[in-house]
Amino acid sequence: MRKYTDKKNVQKKPYYTDRFWVAPQIPKLDVSSDEVFASDVEALKANFEIKEAYIQRGQLVVYINASENVEVLTYLRDKLQYNFLSEHSAIDWLAKSGEFEIFYQMLSTSKRKRMRVKFFIKEKEPIRSVSTIYKSADWAEREMYDMFGVIVTGHHYMKRILMPEDWFGHPLRKTYPLQGDEEASWYEIDKIFGKEYRDIIGPENRDSSRIDEDDTYNFSRIHHEVAFGAKPSKEIVETDYQEEGGVFLVKKLKKADSKILEERP
Amino acid sequence: MAQHKINYLSEAGLPVALTTVDKLVQWGRSNSLWPMTYGLACCAIEMMATGASRYDFDRFGTIFRASPRQSDVLIIAGTLTKKHAPFMRRLYDQMTEPKWVISMGSCANTGGMFNTYATVQGADRIIPVDIYLPGCAPRPETLQYALMLLQKKIRTESASKKLKPKRLV
Repeated sequence: MRKYTDKKNVQKKPYYTDRFWVAPQIPKLDVSSDEVFASDVEALKANFEIKEAYIQRGQLVVYINASENVEVLTYLRDKLQYNFLSEHSAIDWLAKSGEFEIFYQMLSTSKRKRMRVKFFIKEKEPIRSVSTIYKSADWAEREMYDMFGVIVTGHHYMKRILMPEDWFGHPLRKTYPLQGDEEASWYEIDKIFGKEYRDIIGPENRDSSRIDEDDTYNFSRIHHEVAFGAKPSKEIVETDYQEEGGVFLVKKLKKADSKILEERP
Repeated sequence: MAQHKINYLSEAGLPVALTTVDKLVQWGRSNSLWPMTYGLACCAIEMMATGASRYDFDRFGTIFRASPRQSDVLIIAGTLTKKHAPFMRRLYDQMTEPKWVISMGSCANTGGMFNTYATVQGADRIIPVDIYLPGCAPRPETLQYALMLLQKKIRTESASKKLKPKRLV
């Protein structure tokens, strides 16, 4: 049975708040359980410093030094036939250890194996670009910079890819508020109208459970609509497409004149 | 030359109609509303369906135009992101007066379910809106009805007066 939690005032906080929650890990197997991966790790260990290696969900995970990422990926592509970089991004561990975990998800189409190269960097430590080795790293590195603020050196066009160029902050960091910080909430107002319009337009309504009294008056009561700002009335309002007397050159349709067919002709 | 002779007095009456300039101009405007071909998200699919043959926007005189200079109506069909907001404002500014705006669907009305940093919380923070159209996404019938209500609204407006600046927010 699920543990009892106090349900008092539960509607005051209907959303999930622990943004630093970490999912439990699935079991890690030893590298020797797969002979292809075992020989790969052996070859890597002969050339580079491998901090940790294990198999998770049938995929090899290898931890390397941050300074050797270009060399390791070149070796994987040229010698070990990992010819495809399918994904590359970062994981935010800043709250726990002040570090980013960078990962490269690799695929070997000839060996039919997937592996992951990982390493840790400090918050403002730059990493070297691998976009010259794998073309797919080009946009992935730009997205990583955009979303996490990880600086990549040697990239030919290191600009934001998803957010606008004058955006402030990096939205996928765990410390970034989901509904945007001060800069984000006024972004379009500042850019289009200027800062002096903030007072005229007012702050955003971010409370999705807010109920406005005027909404019920003016909006949601069908057939009892009233003008903007007016009090509700019990009078039935017939919303009709055509005005009384019809539109110029168009006859108004009277419901009494319409014929309802009992059967298909 | 006409081969037949019409007896106006006995058949359809004299070919004369009396009206006001306001009515005539606004009747013309309301029956030739040209919206801009401008889709932002999934609501655009419904908008395209409304324009296609089954629902047939053309019978309202509503023909999609690919340029803001030729359009009268801006249908905001979908989620408006903060990155895109300046571009939509620019398109709106490029449209010639008189112009009207239909905000189509929950996302354009209030931001909808995208209560996030990247979404504009209601397109009326950027441009003045005439008709708010609820739904996620609204059916083509709903968009048709919104257009019919907009036509009705236009017919009540005055044609000759200088257009009042519209209320923003």
